[in-house]
Amino acid sequence: MTSIDLARSNPAEPGQIKIAPGARPMAGAGLSEKISVRGLKFFYGDSLALKGVDLPIYERKVTAFIGPSGCGKSTLLRILNRMYDLYPKQRAEGQVLLDGVDVLSPKLDLNLLRSRVGMVFQKPTPFPMSIYDNIAFGIRLYEKISKSELDGRVEAALRRAALWNEVKDKLDASGLSLSGGQQQRLCIARTIAVRPEVILLDEPCSALDPISTAKIEELIDELKADYTIAIVTHNMQQASRTSEFTAFMYLGELIEFGETQQIFMSPHDRRTQDYITGRFG
Amino acid sequence: MTVLEPSKHTADAPLYRRRRGKSVLMMSLSFAAAFVGLAFLVVILLTLLIKGFGGLSLAVFTENTPPPGSQGGLLNAIVGSLIMTAIGVALGTPVGILAGTYMAEYGKHGKLASIVRFINDILLSAPSIVVGLFVYEVVVIHMGHFSGIAGALALAIIVVPVVVRTTEDMLNLVPSQLREAASSLGLPRSTVIQRISYKAAQAGMITGVLLAIARVSGETAPLLFTALNNQFGSTDLNAPMSSLPVVIFQFALSPYADWQALAWTGALIVTFAVLALSIGARVLSAGAQK
Amino acid sequence: MTDLSLQAPSGLSAAAEARASKLRSFRIKDGAFRNITLASALLVLAILGGVILALVIGSALAFSTFGFDFFVTQAWNPVTEKFGALSPIYGTLVTSLIAMLIAVPLGLGIAIFLTELCPPVLRRPIGVAIELLAGIPSIIYGIWGLFVFAPLLQETVQPFLISVFGHVPVLSTLFAGPPYGIGIMTAGFILAIMVLPFITSISRDVFETVPPVLKEAAYGVGCTRWEVVRQIVIPFTRVGLVGGVMLGLGRALGETMAVTFVIGNAHKISGSILAPGTTISASIANEFTEAVGDLYTSSLIALGLILFIITFIVLSIARLMLMRLDKKAGV
Repeated sequence: MTSIDLARSNPAEPGQIKIAPGARPMAGAGLSEKISVRGLKFFYGDSLALKGVDLPIYERKVTAFIGPSGCGKSTLLRILNRMYDLYPKQRAEGQVLLDGVDVLSPKLDLNLLRSRVGMVFQKPTPFPMSIYDNIAFGIRLYEKISKSELDGRVEAALRRAALWNEVKDKLDASGLSLSGGQQQRLCIARTIAVRPEVILLDEPCSALDPISTAKIEELIDELKADYTIAIVTHNMQQASRTSEFTAFMYLGELIEFGETQQIFMSPHDRRTQDYITGRFG
Repeated sequence: MTVLEPSKHTADAPLYRRRRGKSVLMMSLSFAAAFVGLAFLVVILLTLLIKGFGGLSLAVFTENTPPPGSQGGLLNAIVGSLIMTAIGVALGTPVGILAGTYMAEYGKHGKLASIVRFINDILLSAPSIVVGLFVYEVVVIHMGHFSGIAGALALAIIVVPVVVRTTEDMLNLVPSQLREAASSLGLPRSTVIQRISYKAAQAGMITGVLLAIARVSGETAPLLFTALNNQFGSTDLNAPMSSLPVVIFQFALSPYADWQALAWTGALIVTFAVLALSIGARVLSAGAQK
Repeated sequence: MTDLSLQAPSGLSAAAEARASKLRSFRIKDGAFRNITLASALLVLAILGGVILALVIGSALAFSTFGFDFFVTQAWNPVTEKFGALSPIYGTLVTSLIAMLIAVPLGLGIAIFLTELCPPVLRRPIGVAIELLAGIPSIIYGIWGLFVFAPLLQETVQPFLISVFGHVPVLSTLFAGPPYGIGIMTAGFILAIMVLPFITSISRDVFETVPPVLKEAAYGVGCTRWEVVRQIVIPFTRVGLVGGVMLGLGRALGETMAVTFVIGNAHKISGSILAPGTTISASIANEFTEAVGDLYTSSLIALGLILFIITFIVLSIARLMLMRLDKKAGV
């Protein structure tokens, strides 16, 4: 751990990231930590999947998590909205602060947490209902609003996800009737419809064709104006295209965290370099 | 020893001929077994058609069971069966679905769920006559008389394990990603289950209920000493109630030709109703798996 | 409360207030729903407990009156109120044994046919047809057995057995005439048809768990089709097959209506399987509503308890076997 170039996550001085010489520093401060991960360990039963991870996730920025399969990047993502709570024998230790409040606290209301931290999965997961209801379902649950207002919210979410023009004439069709790429955008629309603050994307493009992937990447770029985004990806180009910050993980440890450009251009750690250049993976 | 002797491997070798002969013999026997099994099905269904079809008339569905030696139908038995089956399924299905939900969604890997699963599987194949004895002890003795509601309760107890089993199996087929996706919107667990899991498992769960209906609509043993029988068209749940299977039992074992003929007709109706239900259930579940 | 402090930083606006009350109602709904499902799961256990308790209470009088003699007495006399369970237990075991002797080879044969020989297009229809045999209500087997099958046996199979084995020692007792048609053997045959679909479908399912490479490897060293089945498929699926057979046995032991029609209802143990007899379930079905007196009723309930215990044990073994198989397949 000692040789690893880690960003010290200190909410008081959010801009204090050790940046490699030569890499262009981010435009001054303006960075605030939306989520601070501190000393995070995670257990599947008895096996340790995360061995103490510290890192910040900055507000309205895209943070990419890269690393070989099984490195713990998806695990980390699933801790941020406590998705692991659905399963027995999985537990997390340490701290994950969302706006300064520990989301690992057992007293936390999970439904509230998840309505603030939305998630999009590897495979598209449209609900077995109409396109309209897929979006309206989550809104209706938390808010009592009129039909016309609801229509407006559904349209806004679909427009935001760049899906409106493709589905506006068939809102009553089943969500399952859409193509894979459309389904994934429907899932993103569904997630932003409930107005979360953070969006977690768990390999959102790995099941999609290149054209759909390009559309989702465009979308991510637009969404970061309003949302804090964390994305897990296997695709190095995707990480470098979409993110401002990148975390490289390996065997349950955070090896290196920094600005994306720095990580890809001049990684400090040998393992990061090896992974990025494709020497293992 | 190490030298290969190719001659032993040729098709003419007596050893090989014997082995091949044995194989052909055993495979022929298994073919014969399949033929015998199918033959039973065909023979039973043909017998029912031959002996029961002649008795099918409008009167079967419009008149009550007759006294020996006169004309009549099976109206009271059909109505009684429908009532008790409907109540039994209405009582047993919610319990079965909820218990299956607990095992698939909440208790999945817990100790309680595995105990319930084990016990449920045993109840699934336990002798149904014992259920009749149980309801007799608990309900009939306390009420002081046989009744339709006691019959319906006995059927409900038979419905529960069937529905528990299919509900759990079907909910287990719902991809966990769908649950995670719903949870990630901030939906409470109960809503995720009721609105997402149930919806995704819908066809399979309906199949389970259809199978349960098929199972209880032919049940006789648990009704013998709970609902008993009733010669008249009674729909009073507090009084003894007739049912198609019990009437078939009674009439078939009677010495009267009229009654025996009615028993065959009743048997034809029950069998085809039950087979239609179970084929319908299969079609539904096959369609759902696509 | 932590969850309150996790509210959006804008403070407690009206929207946040509404959201907080929503969240409270979610928690109540969640807790209630979970508890209802838990209660339903416990109800399944309660049903089993209730059945056992009701049978134990109901049979107390019979067991306290006759004690252990109940198990070893053949007498069944409502007039003198002497009751013993020996002949129904005997009938139950023997009819089930006959059923298994016929249904196991037949069921395995069909399963082999379905997995090894049958053209794929016919596999599903034939499998479904065999499973439909399980859907036919047991009363139908009874009426068919009594009016069609028993007379057939009486005229053909039984006279043949009597004439062939009539002079062979031991077997002559087993097949002692006259041919009644109804009796232990007929009941066993009918039970065999009834449990056939259970044995077939489980055998077929476990046969399908054999990895194709294993079979291909055996064919690769020159095994014939039968040798592959005998040396590879059956040993590989042994545990599951035993589970399936036990499940069929559990069904046979508890089957009531079909047996009631064709067993003859005689409370005596006869050396001949052609003779009428009775089983536990048939005795209960036939006599329960007519039983006069507490001791008679209690004795019938005691029979029910014995039946339940026997089937419980058999079915437990079946489930444990099949669970072991599931674990193996799951790994």
